[in-house]
Amino acid sequence: MGEYIPHTPEDIRHMLEAIGVSDIQDLFTDITEELRHEGPTTGLPSRDEAWVRNYVQRMADSSTGTELVPFLGGGLYDHYSPSVVGHILSRGELFTAYTPYQAELSQGTLTWMFEFQTMICELTGMDVANSSMYDGATALAEAVLCAHRATKGTTVLVPRALSPWVRAVVDTYCWGAGIKVKEVPYGEDGRMQVDDIPEGTCGLIAAQPNYFGCIEDLRGLKEQLGKALFIVSVNPVALAVLEAPGKFGADIVVGEGQPLGIPFGFGGPLLGLFAAREEHLRRMPGRVSGRTVDAEGNEGYVMALQTREQHIRREKATSNICTNSALCALAATVYLAAQGPEGLRDVALASMERAHELAKRLEDLPGYSLAFGGPYFNEFILRCPDAEGTARKLEQAGIAVLPPSALEPTGVEGAIGVALTERRTDEELDLFVSVLEGGN
Amino acid sequence: MAPKDRKYTQDHEWALQEGNTIRVGLTDHAQKQLGDIVFVELPEPGSKVSKGDQLATVESVKAVGEVLAPVSGEVTEVNDALEGDPALMNKSPFEDGWVAAIQADDPSELEDLMDAADYEKLIEEG
Amino acid sequence: MATIYDRGAPGRRAASTPSPKRGADELMALIPEDARRDKLPHLPQVSQPELVRHYTALSRLNYGVDSGFYPLGSCTMKYNPKLNEDLARLPGFAGLHPGLSAERSQGALRALWELGEMLKRIAGMPAITLQPAAGAHGELTGMLLLKKYFQERGEYPARHKVLLPDSAHGTNPASAAMVGFKVVSLPSTSRGTVDLEALNKALDNEVAGIMLTVPNTLGIFEDEIAEITRLVHTAGGLTYFDGANLNSFLGRALPGEMGADIFHFNLHKTFSTPHGGGGPGAGPLAVSDTLAPYLPLPDVVLEGEEYRLSWDRSQSIGRVHPYHGNFLVSLRALAYILLLGDEGLKEVSAGAVLAANYLRAKLEKVFQLPYAGLCKHEFVLSGQGLGDVRTVDIAKRLMDYGFHPPTVYFPLIVKEALMVEPTETEPLEILDAFVEAMIRIADEAREQPDTVKQAPHTTPVRRLNEAQAARQPVLRLP
Repeated sequence: MGEYIPHTPEDIRHMLEAIGVSDIQDLFTDITEELRHEGPTTGLPSRDEAWVRNYVQRMADSSTGTELVPFLGGGLYDHYSPSVVGHILSRGELFTAYTPYQAELSQGTLTWMFEFQTMICELTGMDVANSSMYDGATALAEAVLCAHRATKGTTVLVPRALSPWVRAVVDTYCWGAGIKVKEVPYGEDGRMQVDDIPEGTCGLIAAQPNYFGCIEDLRGLKEQLGKALFIVSVNPVALAVLEAPGKFGADIVVGEGQPLGIPFGFGGPLLGLFAAREEHLRRMPGRVSGRTVDAEGNEGYVMALQTREQHIRREKATSNICTNSALCALAATVYLAAQGPEGLRDVALASMERAHELAKRLEDLPGYSLAFGGPYFNEFILRCPDAEGTARKLEQAGIAVLPPSALEPTGVEGAIGVALTERRTDEELDLFVSVLEGGN
Repeated sequence: MAPKDRKYTQDHEWALQEGNTIRVGLTDHAQKQLGDIVFVELPEPGSKVSKGDQLATVESVKAVGEVLAPVSGEVTEVNDALEGDPALMNKSPFEDGWVAAIQADDPSELEDLMDAADYEKLIEEG
Repeated sequence: MATIYDRGAPGRRAASTPSPKRGADELMALIPEDARRDKLPHLPQVSQPELVRHYTALSRLNYGVDSGFYPLGSCTMKYNPKLNEDLARLPGFAGLHPGLSAERSQGALRALWELGEMLKRIAGMPAITLQPAAGAHGELTGMLLLKKYFQERGEYPARHKVLLPDSAHGTNPASAAMVGFKVVSLPSTSRGTVDLEALNKALDNEVAGIMLTVPNTLGIFEDEIAEITRLVHTAGGLTYFDGANLNSFLGRALPGEMGADIFHFNLHKTFSTPHGGGGPGAGPLAVSDTLAPYLPLPDVVLEGEEYRLSWDRSQSIGRVHPYHGNFLVSLRALAYILLLGDEGLKEVSAGAVLAANYLRAKLEKVFQLPYAGLCKHEFVLSGQGLGDVRTVDIAKRLMDYGFHPPTVYFPLIVKEALMVEPTETEPLEILDAFVEAMIRIADEAREQPDTVKQAPHTTPVRRLNEAQAARQPVLRLP
């Protein structure tokens, strides 16, 4: 442990003497004897670095899922993250810093936060954005809480075509806050069908694209809502080619930022996006960087509007969030800056092109069809004669898809989910098709 | 110095009677405690308040303060100028930095409040 | 400060992306016209060298644990081992989609299971969830468990109050409020500990529980902790321990034995995972048998030699995270525990408490120490008594001496608070240099107060105008 704790026996003696005690144990006398724990805790011996590396490396090797080609999406997508992203994240000054409360020593963090906020506003068509939430699911749940506080409404309308993983989190938060969750069904085109807005609705959620990959028609929804908020949950990559939700009157736009250069990481850490119209600024959760000037009139950045946050407003805060997902937001900032407008559009278009190419070829196979007729982005639901069997055969051939069990909670039977990104090669598409053709 | 023409609460609001209308603000002491005031959330004109209700919230960079209604009644007027220039509450707490005016249901509620001398004593005692 | 938007020129790109085969117009036609974006988003246009130089320049405006001493109280800014960064980037973990089958995710599930086992032992508690993504998220999960528990027993909403010492972290009341609990503040004694008399008075059949930070935010271990938890239990309530300060008693006392029903870890504090400029962290939650049936799902279980996900818990509150929490953060913590072993964990708490008491002994001669006596891993000074120099000025002046300031103005019960937490990873010379700087600042406050009040003088920017940022918020580029 000497490698992390630099106190030599001589240092320890010197410090104890300055404190006026003779032994380290004397510093723990405030823990009463019956509470003092003497024996082993974890039962583990100390190890050296090479041992730990080997041990953990073997664990990594036994996760054979990474050997499969991921045609698996469901909210997280296999886009390529340029090397430059990981390298910038490795700068110790950035990743070993705390929250930038002391602005004069944190201009690096505060500047990229400001850049990130700008980029998210540009993509979503919103006025303001915070600097991150934990993930897309909790960001959406917090948007619902925000709508509940803003309107006092106690029912939220949630599309059935929402990721079950995300839905589960929204349900838990709503139960805690006493908000009723009402499902909005989808039609044969896979898109949501909003009929009426019940009395006491605090918000309507739309997912763009939705869990089935379908592109929702967001027109006219805000107009039906009265004072309830219109919340749109997005895939940020898709926003390179889909109209910004702000154009459709969205009040809050949230999303999962993982597609922006962040690895799967077995589902975490992820990146929650949260953007809103100006009028909701003071209801927004999370940290925000703001531009100001220093004592000499030079431009600089500080954490702005902290009075919304828990460390000041305590039980009246807009949220309890403190630690967020800053490093992932930095990854997204660098990713978006690296791609630029045309690069991001190319990623989006190439992903969509591959998806449509594969879908077309699969539809030609007897017994296979797309479950929904609506327009879709980079993901589609494929109805199969034997969905379980198809998923199994694909896996044996080295391909992972969204299994039928992941679609059943949304009421889809006998189908698999297929997602593509710009990384999927012609050979991989050929392999996919050949498996379903019965070859291979 | 606290002006003698008005009454004061324990929570550092002042209340100036103008007929049945009570004009309300925060004292100089309160604004100094808060520091640079950066945002004021005003009540809706026409809203009803009871004595002791939150009338407005006042934010500095790192603190949030409340302005409580010193009397029950209806909010008749709010100081819109604070929306553009919240620092008026720092610069002129007793005049231009007023917060709202309340049409009092019972102006005699004011009698429970302190006068300027008692209020200054309160401040001195800390 | 120039932003990335100030760099580059139209048409530049820093990444090579495979172009679509068909033209953009043809592909855009796949999107219904009304849903189609008509104009590209305004994003930077820079080449790769410009991109790298911009963010390298930004990194140099920043201060991290890798830069120097970071005694930020309650945040445990200890050194973040580099090994852990390598391990978190292993493709077998970083490249693993959480939607894959358990069979295909054995290594990751094993890492989760092993970390869960270790944390349960460190907490001395029988059950755990690794879903919470941060300390505050753990608190929220704990409050949801509290609500569920009392609801199942028919005691909610009768029990709707949560007690909190006035020294509590702001996240505690905010978390309780998110689940609709009413927060009742408990005063501290002159020793900075929970006032038992006030506690007794507050305990009634409306109290769902108490949230305590152990040791508390003054760095003081509640020596009557066992009595506190006993009183709460007797009154029918449950006990929540905020584990932000676990670094001070790691391996030396177990929250379970102190009477905790719920205990959250901050892996990004105690277990050395980096703070990332604000996150991500991880806030695993250990609970007593009483609350185990309500934990989030799914659970990682070991059957024979196989790890699988179990959904066998009908009373669960549901998910608080879409997958398994911040897995790559959990993995770093596991590596840290594996390397240290039991002996190392005890050395951590010894080193942290030793360093804090050393600084306390040196600094209490120069600064006011409102709550005197032995501290644990941190202590709280007051910046009062230095004329019109305030704590904020001391903090800013410390930057000129090359240090990150301590936490300031928290806890709220200390006027002009300066909360110092050195952690176990600082050499003695650095601790001494910090003491030296603090003494010089105290001298400066008397002899040349303007130097302190106008600090910092040597940072990339001078003192920033926070009032302007709040009055006219500029939160993005136009």
